[in-house]
Amino acid sequence: MSQTTALPRWADVALLPVVCLALALCVAGIVVALVGQSPSQVLAALVQGAFGTPRGLSYTLYYATSFIFTGLAVAVAFHGGLFNIGGEGQATLGGLGTALVALWLSPVLPAWAMLPLMLVCGALFGMVWAAIPGYLQAYRGSHVVITTIMFNFLASTLLVYLLVNQLRAPGNVAIESAAFAPSAHLMSARELLALAGVDWPGSPLNASLLLALLACIAVYFFLWHSRSGYRLRAVGSSPGAAAYAGIRPQRHIVLAMAISGALAGMVGMNEVAGVSGRLVLEFVSGAGFTGIAVALMGRNHPVGIVLASILFGALFQGGAEVAFDVPGFSRDMVVMLQGFVVLFSGAMSYVVARPLAALLRVWQLPGAKHG
Amino acid sequence: MAGAVSTPALQMAGIHKRFGDVLANVDVNFTVAQGTLHGLIGENGAGKSTLMSVLYGFYPADSGRIEVFGKSVQIRNADDAIACGIGMVHQHFMLVETLTALENVMLGAEPHWHLPSAIKPVRERLEALMQSTGLRVALDATVADLAVGDRQRLEILKALYRGARILILDEPTAVLTPQETQQLFAVLRQLRAQGSTVILITHKLKEVLALCDQVTVMRAGRVVDDMPIACASVEALAQAMVGRKVQLDRPPLEVAIQRDATPVLLAQGLQLCDASGVQRLADVGLQLRAGEIVGIAGVSGNGQSELLDILSGLGAPDGGSMQVLGRQFVSGAWLDPFTARSIGLAHVPEDRQARALVMDFEAWESAVLGYEYLPQFCRTGWMRAGAMRNATADMMERFDVRPRKAALGSRKFSGGNQQKLVLARELGQAPRVLLVGQPTRGVDIGAIEFIYSQLRAMRDAGCAVLLVSSELDEILALSDRVLVMVQGRVSGAIDIADCNEERLGLLMAGAAV
Repeated sequence: MSQTTALPRWADVALLPVVCLALALCVAGIVVALVGQSPSQVLAALVQGAFGTPRGLSYTLYYATSFIFTGLAVAVAFHGGLFNIGGEGQATLGGLGTALVALWLSPVLPAWAMLPLMLVCGALFGMVWAAIPGYLQAYRGSHVVITTIMFNFLASTLLVYLLVNQLRAPGNVAIESAAFAPSAHLMSARELLALAGVDWPGSPLNASLLLALLACIAVYFFLWHSRSGYRLRAVGSSPGAAAYAGIRPQRHIVLAMAISGALAGMVGMNEVAGVSGRLVLEFVSGAGFTGIAVALMGRNHPVGIVLASILFGALFQGGAEVAFDVPGFSRDMVVMLQGFVVLFSGAMSYVVARPLAALLRVWQLPGAKHG
Repeated sequence: MAGAVSTPALQMAGIHKRFGDVLANVDVNFTVAQGTLHGLIGENGAGKSTLMSVLYGFYPADSGRIEVFGKSVQIRNADDAIACGIGMVHQHFMLVETLTALENVMLGAEPHWHLPSAIKPVRERLEALMQSTGLRVALDATVADLAVGDRQRLEILKALYRGARILILDEPTAVLTPQETQQLFAVLRQLRAQGSTVILITHKLKEVLALCDQVTVMRAGRVVDDMPIACASVEALAQAMVGRKVQLDRPPLEVAIQRDATPVLLAQGLQLCDASGVQRLADVGLQLRAGEIVGIAGVSGNGQSELLDILSGLGAPDGGSMQVLGRQFVSGAWLDPFTARSIGLAHVPEDRQARALVMDFEAWESAVLGYEYLPQFCRTGWMRAGAMRNATADMMERFDVRPRKAALGSRKFSGGNQQKLVLARELGQAPRVLLVGQPTRGVDIGAIEFIYSQLRAMRDAGCAVLLVSSELDEILALSDRVLVMVQGRVSGAIDIADCNEERLGLLMAGAAV
């Protein structure tokens, strides 16, 4: 007879994240008040900055796009029982793959062939970068948390080396590759909406948002409707039962990491093909790590991941606006706010769940008597 | 039953405990007289563990009152319970394996910060305790080296050392041979003679009848019966526990079984060493014929689990060969679980929670585990959720799995219902060889009866069944032939007609056939 503190499903999915978010905002609000700013003014500026204008909204969604890819990456690995911390490195490699094939072929290939090729190439690079730690975990027992962290450093130094020593255009001072030919340019939201006759301001938001949403649907069907997904989840939640069922756990560990890496690698489409049009340094800028928080908050479900990605996108974009709009409110305060959201919705959600469950029980059974 | 007139050792009155929607204890009154052996019986989930957890301070009761030796007490944690003179021996021993027996007793009650100085008085007190109670344990042996029976004696010693006058034993005989059980009973009688009070939590009714002075029966969170042992019988107690009549023994009229002479499974010379080089199986051979149940008796940990793993393809032996259903396997090219299923060899594993079901899956997902490749559940790589749900609903109906909710998490079912779901899945594909490990561990009596009837029905339908169980009653109730395993060897093969508890017990303890 174990103690039942579990929340009802609806509360676990919907109520708990909202309560966690509210708590994070409250605590952040207290800190804001302590440094002499008005919490309500800051919150208003944040929401206005993230959602109030078409341009702000575009930026929010642009950030969210990368978070969806990396969040899905973490979630797929998680369902396979693995904690993939290497989203950052896999996204870096994904961008590298996207850029290399674009630099090589964009002068000769038309866009309809170039863009899918860049997508596949980026996904493949990310896949390989994640599959190696996966293989080491499955067949050699090296813990995937350690190896993926190491691979982040490797990826980052590899990118610097290639950019500085190999890919930098001759005579260019900036550390970046040559620009791709136009066929390697992914349509921006402005261009797409212009086709539909809508006038939309310019922003980094591009067609990879649609790609991210497609990836969500694909991940959902893979995990919950395909045989591979079924086996992958079985391996993730009970390796013993999976072995009993004749499933080879090792194979599915590599598979989970490979898919995870491919998803992270697609960040390259958003940042390299959609925005910069050339390979630059630091284009992932922490999206791989934010993906961990996104997956945690989104309960490793595609729908939750989309919502959490938009929240974090809003924090990034709105935060930047607040730092700009509210005098004396530095960029560091925004980072603090993001930190609180990660803390409360990720690490602290189990702490919050218990009192919340108790509260719900009291509330649901008013005056219920024992016996 | 001396001491019945004096104040009771323990009186729990009006105990209520609720977990969410589950009423674990409802107005429970439980009184134990001083110097008696008191049995507390009930099915899984009847509330006896909850009651004892309340008594031992694991969680507070919602309401109710506890008196120990006539004094009203508040027990908030295990320390409070020990201070009241209550000691508990858990089913899963709470010992640090890397420490010696003496260090384990001392742990948390060291009389001195300087350990060498602390050891001396502890050793003296323990020697005296062992002298008076007859509980003998090698004090300087590392616990990892102690046999199960020794560990249990050590746990009892630990409780007595801390001044326990009321001793609670939770399923103490689950891990013992019949002979060890007899030794334990002798110790408990000795303790009673010295004035200790013992509460025995068990589901083995025969033991209650053999040992206890008084018995309390719980069902669905309530005390349904409380009687002196003189008034009790196995049938009456079983009926009180389940709420209806149950039939567990062999059906009196045994139909003559048509046995095929040729074995469908023939294993020879199976060898296995574990990672640390200990020999787990030594030259094990066995054969299984269609239409018979072969029981493998033995105290847990004598190689039965390893044997089951190897026969089902979960593990491969270091040496030996096996012929099963017309296929030949030798070590190095061994059977795997997928092949096993496809040739008609089904396996109900010992560890239901770690192997048979994925606890995080909903029932309809767990209900096809291992068979998810079958065309009725999967087409071109996509799972057919509708077909899976229908199949699960059908399984639940046929095997009376309650509640009949295919969308409920596998974890949420009781042990008995989980096991019924596993059996429904494994028997559903009409296997020709069935390997069953501990089919009724953690399963309540009502479900045991059902599971037994299903296994007998499989046998009668011509399936070859191998039953591994550490419950002698179960072996005797089901098997047609019995093998006994001791230290990785098969130490006997006896026809059921020649079996009795005593003979099997001797074999389990390592005697020659």
